[in-house]
Amino acid sequence: MSKGNLVEVDNVTFGYEQKTVLRQISLSVPKGHVVAIMGLSGCGKTTLLRLIGGSVKPKKGEVRVAGHVVNKLSADELYLLRRKMGVLFQFGALFTDISALENVAFQMREHTELPDALIRDLAIMKLNAVGLRGASHLMPSELSGGMARRVALARSIALDPMLMLYDEPFAGLDPIALGVIGRLIRHLNDTLGATSIIVTHDVVEVLGIVDYVYFMSEGVIIAQGTPDEIRASEDSFVHQFVYGETHGPVAFHYPATDLREDIFAEAAT
Amino acid sequence: MMLGASELLRRLGAHVTGMVWRLGFATRFFLLILKQSGPSFRRFHLTVREMYFSGVQSLIIIIVSGLFVGMVLGLQGYDTLVRYGSSEALGVLVALSLVRELGPVVAGLLFASRAGSAITAEIGLMKATEQLDAMEMMAVDPIARVVAPRFWAGVISMPLLAALFSAMGVFGGYLVGVRMIGVDEGSFWSQMSAAVDFVDDVLNGVIKSFVFGMAITWIAVFEGYDAPPTAEGVSGATTRTVVTASLWVLALDFVLTALMFRGN
Repeated sequence: MSKGNLVEVDNVTFGYEQKTVLRQISLSVPKGHVVAIMGLSGCGKTTLLRLIGGSVKPKKGEVRVAGHVVNKLSADELYLLRRKMGVLFQFGALFTDISALENVAFQMREHTELPDALIRDLAIMKLNAVGLRGASHLMPSELSGGMARRVALARSIALDPMLMLYDEPFAGLDPIALGVIGRLIRHLNDTLGATSIIVTHDVVEVLGIVDYVYFMSEGVIIAQGTPDEIRASEDSFVHQFVYGETHGPVAFHYPATDLREDIFAEAAT
Repeated sequence: MMLGASELLRRLGAHVTGMVWRLGFATRFFLLILKQSGPSFRRFHLTVREMYFSGVQSLIIIIVSGLFVGMVLGLQGYDTLVRYGSSEALGVLVALSLVRELGPVVAGLLFASRAGSAITAEIGLMKATEQLDAMEMMAVDPIARVVAPRFWAGVISMPLLAALFSAMGVFGGYLVGVRMIGVDEGSFWSQMSAAVDFVDDVLNGVIKSFVFGMAITWIAVFEGYDAPPTAEGVSGATTRTVVTASLWVLALDFVLTALMFRGN
């Protein structure tokens, strides 16, 4: 493992039974960087995030985080490593039966012997970092989508993780909330001295905050580079994706028989 | 025709294989619950909290049902016993019916419908909204934190609810038999006291309700944990909990009755 990389994915192949989702993927994430993994829905980017988090194991290859081969760790070792990771799920995944404050305090209560008063103060500080100290008493059902995502972000940084994994952090957010979450991701990464991996297809927002981008399509990495390189890319898929064009390698129509055949076949019956 | 028969056989085989796989998963899940019960018991407040949801919140349905079942037993029992001039034995009939059979079984069926379905729906929804995944990623085992406390809360609550059901049933039988119909109060209580054996009747009833509690909550937590993470998946799992748990209660009741009460 290179000294500067916190995460290394080495020649990883993964699939479910007959279906191969990822094919010989290799990538690295340097310490302190914010890296995006982009691609169409179903291209395997969330699966890649799950491999890094150790939720699933590759058929071939290795996933290394901080020098540990994630897919070879025992359950206890994996749990120890996960204490140094934070994950923001697509829709927050807040625990619905406890308040925002208790959600943020959850990990501290589970993994530390700190006194209640100190845990409360730390949780309040985490909520303050995402601008929601005033909402600490609210239940998840009382939070808007953007607020819930920010509380989930505060929860994921509760133990000051070395690695942050973001699964579609911008999905379903209004433009203001989207901008807030984007800035928070970058700001928290730099403040905590963490390393972040963002899985998303929100081009505009993510290219403004990340250091490096990997583009995936059908289980392989087809392009990579800095945001400026990605914007200037001449790869037809990347160009279509970044500029949201209708025409390109990703066809508008789902594969079907010829339209005339379809219509005349209908008329003939 | 031959093709139809072989296809039928293939489907039957696939169905049976699927059921065996599922039983294997459920057994492994049960062993995991037992393994994680230690950490769960160390934070017993989690189990107490779940006892409130599955036990205390089932009180109304248990108390009201127990009362009505006892009242009906009082009416039906008197109607039969009076033909043989044994109406004083009404207390025995009501108490034995409730303590041996109706208490554990009806309380079990009600518990499966009220608490079992709620447990499945809650765990299923936690799975569908990625709360269980989030817990795993926070290095917290959902089986220790979510499943084991609910399982033990159900196992502890069920015998208590069954006992309460039986007590309310006896009270209902007393109201109808003694207060309404006029059966002698002394005979009602003394015959009951003389005929009901603590070990053969009461303790066996408690054992039954304990076994039912284990079966119901095991099914409920497994169905919730195994539910497909969709609205349809959670709804299907909830239905399966009620149906499967109810059938298991009735089947186990027969087996336990055969073991406990033979020749008595």
